[in-house]
Amino acid sequence: MTAETTPARAGQPNQGRPSPSRARRGKLLRHAVGVAAFLLVWELAARAGLLPWLPAASASLARVAELAFDPAFAGDLLSTLTAAAAGLPLAVLVAVPIGLLLGTVPAVEETTRAIVEFLRPIPSVALIPLALFFFQPEINAKVALIVYAASWPILINTLYGVRDVDPVATETLRSFGFGSAAVIWRVSLPSAAPFIYTGIRLAASITLILAISVEYFVGGSGGIGAFLIQASTGIGADAMLDVIATLVWAGLVGLAVNVLLLRAERRLFRWRHA
Amino acid sequence: MIRMLFRRLWLIPVVLAGWEWLARAWANPFLPPPTRIASWMREQWFSGPLLLTEQAVDNFVPSLVRVVGSWSAAVVIGITLGVAIGRIGRLADYVDPLVEFGRAVPPPAMLPVFLVLFTMGTQVQVATIVFGIIWPILLNSIDGARGVDSMQIETATVFGVPAHLRLFRIILPAASPKIFAGLRLSVSLALILMVISELKGSTDGIGYLLSVASNNADMPGIWAGVVVLGVLGFALNSLFLMIERRMLGWHRGARRTA
Repeated sequence: MTAETTPARAGQPNQGRPSPSRARRGKLLRHAVGVAAFLLVWELAARAGLLPWLPAASASLARVAELAFDPAFAGDLLSTLTAAAAGLPLAVLVAVPIGLLLGTVPAVEETTRAIVEFLRPIPSVALIPLALFFFQPEINAKVALIVYAASWPILINTLYGVRDVDPVATETLRSFGFGSAAVIWRVSLPSAAPFIYTGIRLAASITLILAISVEYFVGGSGGIGAFLIQASTGIGADAMLDVIATLVWAGLVGLAVNVLLLRAERRLFRWRHA
Repeated sequence: MIRMLFRRLWLIPVVLAGWEWLARAWANPFLPPPTRIASWMREQWFSGPLLLTEQAVDNFVPSLVRVVGSWSAAVVIGITLGVAIGRIGRLADYVDPLVEFGRAVPPPAMLPVFLVLFTMGTQVQVATIVFGIIWPILLNSIDGARGVDSMQIETATVFGVPAHLRLFRIILPAASPKIFAGLRLSVSLALILMVISELKGSTDGIGYLLSVASNNADMPGIWAGVVVLGVLGFALNSLFLMIERRMLGWHRGARRTA
């Protein structure tokens, strides 16, 4: 996110400077002008035939709206989102305990580091053909790959978060006779939580990447990936119309997920920012 | 030294031996033993006159050129555009929602656009990678360039420091921690997009070999593809971290966030 906008506070005097709410309105206006100018240039370029394959902005946006009422597309969108939504919590369940273990027991971390350092850079999509052989209904392969790929940022952030915990706090608890499980539960986990959450936010965008990628390879499984590949077998502006409209939907979904997770973050960790 | 290496690496041979034993005992065609994968790789790829076979050269080289070339192009375009946008008045406010939207699109979703446009070939890979990874670079460059302390720039201007020196000595270094934060994810994302675009729209490359192996249900071939992509990913990431450490070594916060 760029430049945090400070919320306007009622009853606060500010002399001379433009009020926060006014500055914010100016910014919003510039945002709107930017988007409008982009759409206008796109429309004119397409109408003038500068790029013969490019459908006009108006036609593309109309198609975006149309797709919302297309049951086949809605089903595909839902199926992608379901797989992503199923994979993310599973990844949390897998990665957070492992991260806690690696973060609190240095011996285990040292032993497994070489394996982790080798597995982590493998591009997760390279595992698609393998996963399709191993996990039979395709949906299982999709969720398994999502869990695998989404686990990495959560695991790494948990590891770093736990390692960053104030040792004074853990030692204090320990000297009061708390066991290691209690120390992890009461100190390590809460103070690592914001880190872990950042990992989850990164992981959320990875779930969509993997879901769409897997859908490219299993034609009959549905999902917007399958919809996109189907659309891309056409040629020219007609095919492009469907592809662009789907792309806009994919972007809107990505944006919505981002905004929701950021909102939740601000609410969950208000104690930290305060 | 040797003891430390042993402490760090002993698990790898154990895992490989366990895998070998399990694969032989289980005899599942999907899980070939590592020795079988290794001998497949030697036969197909590493038995050429100068180590590499023709098949290896014809597919590894295009992949490498595509991923490195497209990544470099995206970095140059992203930083140039981003710094320009960040330094020109309030231009950033106008383009912000567009860049945010571009970043929100899951990168592989860009691929079909270029499949329609180019059908096959290197253009598909280059365009998919560039349009897939440029957004975070662009966004962070804008942010970094906008956040440069204006006092420093004004001071330099007053002292008659020419514009190009202000750019290379003040603005770019000050923005570089932000820029590198955007770059960090781009390496692995570029590799992901290379693989996916080669699996779908290519007649050569490592991703293409993987798709051929997958169509023939050639399990050692699939595993070999995964191994070689893992090695490539490891090499590219290490190279990037090395460059980052070099260029950002002066920055205090850089080491903590790595």
